[in-house]
Amino acid sequence: MIVTLKINGEERSVSAAGWESLLNVLHDDLGLPGSKAACEQGECGSCSVILGDTLVCSCLVMVGSCEGADVTTVEGIADGDDLHPVQQAMYESAGVQCGFCTPGFVVAAKHLFDHNPTPSAIDITEALSGNICRCTGYGAILRGLVSLADDGERE
Amino acid sequence: MNFTRATNIDEALAAKNADTDAEFLAGGTDLMVEVNLAHHRPKSVIGIENVAELKETSTSRIGAGVTWDHLESSSHQALAHLARTVGSPQIRAAGTIGGNIGTASPAGDGLPWIAAIDAKIEVVSQSRGKRLVPWAQFFTGVKRTSLGADEMVTALVLPADMPQIQHFAKIGVRSAMVISTVSCVVARGTDGFRVALGSVAPTVIRVPRAEQLLNSETRPSEAALDEFAATVAKEVQPITDHRSTEAYRRHAAGVLARRLVVRCLN
Repeated sequence: MIVTLKINGEERSVSAAGWESLLNVLHDDLGLPGSKAACEQGECGSCSVILGDTLVCSCLVMVGSCEGADVTTVEGIADGDDLHPVQQAMYESAGVQCGFCTPGFVVAAKHLFDHNPTPSAIDITEALSGNICRCTGYGAILRGLVSLADDGERE
Repeated sequence: MNFTRATNIDEALAAKNADTDAEFLAGGTDLMVEVNLAHHRPKSVIGIENVAELKETSTSRIGAGVTWDHLESSSHQALAHLARTVGSPQIRAAGTIGGNIGTASPAGDGLPWIAAIDAKIEVVSQSRGKRLVPWAQFFTGVKRTSLGADEMVTALVLPADMPQIQHFAKIGVRSAMVISTVSCVVARGTDGFRVALGSVAPTVIRVPRAEQLLNSETRPSEAALDEFAATVAKEVQPITDHRSTEAYRRHAAGVLARRLVVRCLN
């Protein structure tokens, strides 16, 4: 089937079997490898994308259900060379080790800050509870995002 | 592959009637795991995630398409609590209570609540119309239900005498993103205590002998509570698997049920 989606603001059409995951189609057919395939059962969050206004695991989204959908992937978060504030915050706090989980954390953090510009540390922990970092770099990720939330409070 | 996007229940039922092998897709949190890990290739899928009728709730029912993130603010205490423990934000935004019912995993987080409040499952088919199935007749085994090949789960129908005091707890290896080792809901209604447990039998179960022990006393003593916990541990039928052992699950079932009864008494 042909599915037409709006990905990072750009309309794209793709031919795929309807049962394929949005993740595989992003990766293999649309040239967007940022969303990572790790557990492929919704446990790790490394494939997180924003579908409409909802944070989802793209491995659990059947592409056949995506006709006309608005999708934001990690590739659509920075403004050209200017990092998004959550990316800048994670960069400054060294909230990256091997980097495999990073796209999922960036997308989940953007989704949180879009809805709540001044989250508490608990809000951040809860919002990122579906994203797993096996280097266990949670402390640095959390520090960066708490500092971004503090900047938001001062403004 | 045939992908039908239903916009209402009638369209979904017509598609199911025309092809009873077609699989319903709501949040995808179960079906897509099968596709990804079991290399399951559905021949025909009926997408029901945009069916607005399935997202309606009232005091007497919860639509099958209601997602866990909405149930987190439910006025039913144990339901709201358990909804907050389902998976992760990503899973709660996609997964539905109807999916929990249709998948019928012994570990389905919503199922102990359904059993404790004695809810019914509303199922509909194009040719046979609507029927209400008591939960105990709906869940027949591990991921097995009495749902007909042409039917779909449309709602959870709540009892008129909803127990106002209800508590939930589950045990898993971590707090977030975990499949429960044992889960429990205790509800205290006008007829006494009802105790339901998940992950300790092929389906969600009630423990009638343990319930009877409690309900024969006005206020159970410590000794009665101990006997209750021991009876729960005897009455459950857990297995040893990669998540836990039979012995641990029996013990944990008694501990959790006792703890929730005490919460209901206070």
